Amino acid sequence: MEYMVRLAQCHETFRVPELQAVATLVGVDLEIVSYDEYSNQSPYCIVKLENDEAARKLISRTILAKDISELWGQGTNYDELHADVKKRTSHRWADYNDIPFAFALYGFSGKRTQEKRVEIIKSFSYTGLTGPVQLKNPPLQFIVMEEYIGDPEASALGVSRITEPRKVFLGRFIANSARDAIDKYDLKKRQYISTTSMDAELSLVTANMALAAPGKVLYDPFVGTGSFMVAASHFGALTLGSDIDPRSFRGKDEEKGMGKNVQANFQQYGIESKFLDTFTSDLTNTPLRNAQLLDGIICDPPYGVREGLRVLGTRDGKVIEPVVIDGVLNYYRPGYIPPKRPYGFEAIQRDVLDFAVRSLVPNGRLTMWMPTTNDEAKEFPVPMHPNLEVIAVSVQYFSNWARRLMTYRRLPEGEVSDISKGRSNADQRGITADELNGFRRKVCAYL
Amino acid sequence: MKVITANFVTCSVKECKTSPSAFPLHFHDAELEMQELDFQPEFIRNVLPRIDWEALRVTANELGFPSLPESKPEGEALDDEQTLKDLHRLLLETQVMEGRLICGNCSHEYVLKEGIANFLLPSHLV
Repeated sequence: MEYMVRLAQCHETFRVPELQAVATLVGVDLEIVSYDEYSNQSPYCIVKLENDEAARKLISRTILAKDISELWGQGTNYDELHADVKKRTSHRWADYNDIPFAFALYGFSGKRTQEKRVEIIKSFSYTGLTGPVQLKNPPLQFIVMEEYIGDPEASALGVSRITEPRKVFLGRFIANSARDAIDKYDLKKRQYISTTSMDAELSLVTANMALAAPGKVLYDPFVGTGSFMVAASHFGALTLGSDIDPRSFRGKDEEKGMGKNVQANFQQYGIESKFLDTFTSDLTNTPLRNAQLLDGIICDPPYGVREGLRVLGTRDGKVIEPVVIDGVLNYYRPGYIPPKRPYGFEAIQRDVLDFAVRSLVPNGRLTMWMPTTNDEAKEFPVPMHPNLEVIAVSVQYFSNWARRLMTYRRLPEGEVSDISKGRSNADQRGITADELNGFRRKVCAYL
Repeated sequence: MKVITANFVTCSVKECKTSPSAFPLHFHDAELEMQELDFQPEFIRNVLPRIDWEALRVTANELGFPSLPESKPEGEALDDEQTLKDLHRLLLETQVMEGRLICGNCSHEYVLKEGIANFLLPSHLV
């Protein structure tokens, strides 16, 4: 059966990948029937699903959609739409008799006057619904959906805007999406955050791409203030996080006891049973043993604009010989801080991919954010690994840079992916953060 | 640090990663705290295959828990709610708040403070 997913009008390139990830997660067969891939703007996405139950399952976990309806008809004008509605559903109209109902009208890039709305809704009276009209929480709801040519497209294509929609649809409403969670996890209302905390919406989407779900273990090796842990645990996964800087997840020493730490956020949201642990470690010297321990890895490595990327070791590569102070080795003394050195942008990505291959269960997912400057926007080479399949690459644009969310699947043993189009950049030689990190250098040039 | 996490980690020193004597890390001066959490049998069933049972027996013993059975519960044993509850209590509800974790291979010590383990290494071990 055909259904209409009304997508959210933001993060356009994340929307279909998220639907596909959720379909995998909840175990429904999803076929994308029509979606405006060219401009990636339209909120209308027609999909094929087995039944209403599958539609409910799919939408219940989707963040970047508003709702789902059963598609009752479509056309390039109302005559076509009415003909399609009659063809598809006339044998079912009687099933909906006596049920309180309502009609709503929704326009993308265009709107109607109140009089015109009423006229359009009345034009569906041939369905002969006998139930009373009930505007508040009607058990039966129809949505008339229109799509006009929007301003960006009009100027890009050099066509003038038209007063009539180019597409019209009728849907029988099934269910709302999981978008409410965005408000619940709004950073403004969260107890512990920092300037680098990922916003609630994209954290939840990232958790969906990683297939977070009850029974699973997800790990963020650059946990910071734990936005991904919280999002994945909202969906029921148990989460583990680490960071080379423990102050990021346990809070500053001077704010001790004030609930300014990752665990306090779990308490705030009532998901403490989903918190596994946070620990201090460096991914290049990880304590996690080499075994398939994780269902998902979810991360936004610090690439060195706001937070410099550092790993264990010394800048010049020289070992600092241990000394004994007051009978105790210096590195066992309280307050000891191990030396750290700047690390390359490409190197950490490779390390994350290698770590994912070692640590993920078969079909486990890695989701990794990566910033790019706009000159990389068109031909973007994705870091690849033969044991990982690239599932999706989505992009969020800012004024002079962009960031991408890359989603990978750990291939079961015996399967390999084609990595010939993978990213092959090597880090620049150097020691300082700027020398090592092309992205930082380019972005800082704008600041 | 929960007992499940202790079963997932070994020594951060690269040479120790392949040494059987490095795992599990050994608890010393461990101070425990029990925390009541929602019972999640689905999670226990899912992660149990990833648990190194021999290592878990060593850890449980070091933390003063009664001996675990010699072999990992599998198949029908996982239908027994009490078995799952016991594992839930050990793996998820038992937290080591203070103490040290010591590598049996290189003897390096990792400190645990306020439930957070520090696995960073000084430069001569990197």
